[in-house]
Amino acid sequence: MTHDHHTHDHDHPHDHHHDNELDPFAARVKALETILTEKGLIDPAAIDAIVETYEHKVGPRNGARVVAKAWVDQEFAERLARDATAAIASLGYTGRQGEHMQAVFNTPDTHNLIVCTLCSCYPWTVLGVPPVWYKAPPYRSQAVINPRGVLAEFGLKLPEDTRIRVWDSTAELRYMVVPMRPVETDGLSEDELARLVTRDSMIGTGLPLRPGSLGPGALWPPEADPGAGI
Amino acid sequence: MSAPDPAASSGLPFQLPPGAGPDAPVFAEPWQAQAFALAVALNERGLFTWTEWAAALSREVARPGAAADGSDYYAHWLAALEVLLREKGVAGPELVEALSASWQRAAHATPHGQPIRLENDPEFSRR
Repeated sequence: MTHDHHTHDHDHPHDHHHDNELDPFAARVKALETILTEKGLIDPAAIDAIVETYEHKVGPRNGARVVAKAWVDQEFAERLARDATAAIASLGYTGRQGEHMQAVFNTPDTHNLIVCTLCSCYPWTVLGVPPVWYKAPPYRSQAVINPRGVLAEFGLKLPEDTRIRVWDSTAELRYMVVPMRPVETDGLSEDELARLVTRDSMIGTGLPLRPGSLGPGALWPPEADPGAGI
Repeated sequence: MSAPDPAASSGLPFQLPPGAGPDAPVFAEPWQAQAFALAVALNERGLFTWTEWAAALSREVARPGAAADGSDYYAHWLAALEVLLREKGVAGPELVEALSASWQRAAHATPHGQPIRLENDPEFSRR
């Protein structure tokens, strides 16, 4: 933690024969950590735990479990539609910022897409930390102005008469998309179904995988342990 | 929203960046993860609400010159954090600047492979 391997030799104005270097951002973060620790406002171990959680534990597989359960359990799906915060919490996934969740369900007529036009509000509880493109200005503006063009960039072409609803997240209310269950999945278990649910399908920039196509985009490589939740 | 595509009438066109698959690392560099966690921890401690945070971050990302590929997102995040710490009377820019410089001097003075300590700054003096 104190030894930063992510230093770079380019842009390096001096000859420092292999000593350490902190780039300006890393140094600023160090400075803030020092101040906040001395003031008793943070505990460095707790900071490490948060990093560990968001790097390795919270991620879209949480959301995939929510979606798969909604696909197999009508009563859960109805609760998810009515009070997503409570339904998601019932699976053990609770928000850290006290935010409310709303699940928006794709139908044959309507496709849903989530965005945060102002910054980067995102349903961390079920999807983890957002991908870089979600936080970047082009997606934040174009998802509202030209959603079909954005979806085309993701290789998603919807029928002309499909309505696209765009949901703009806030700090208090965050959305997740519940995609439609793929066809030819009747015999699959909830775990197997969860493997078909991609991150992008819960943002609305993709669709779930089809059975037998577990490839790029799958949240679990076949050899990974699907039970390794949080 | 089902109107014909207005060929990107305003703003930047959206292009999916290369290598943007689901397996992309959550944080590009360790400091980004640390900055992220600091905001989460301080919110949980009650120093600011998440609404205050989102407002501060929105102001930063809305500044002109933001990178279209989002690569400067955590720089904005860090700037928002510094603004809130200043507004809450926790740390002003002079202190942050001075300590940042101290950490950089400490890093330069630390032999490779050893942990960087603030005490390694040749100009270090206990405040």
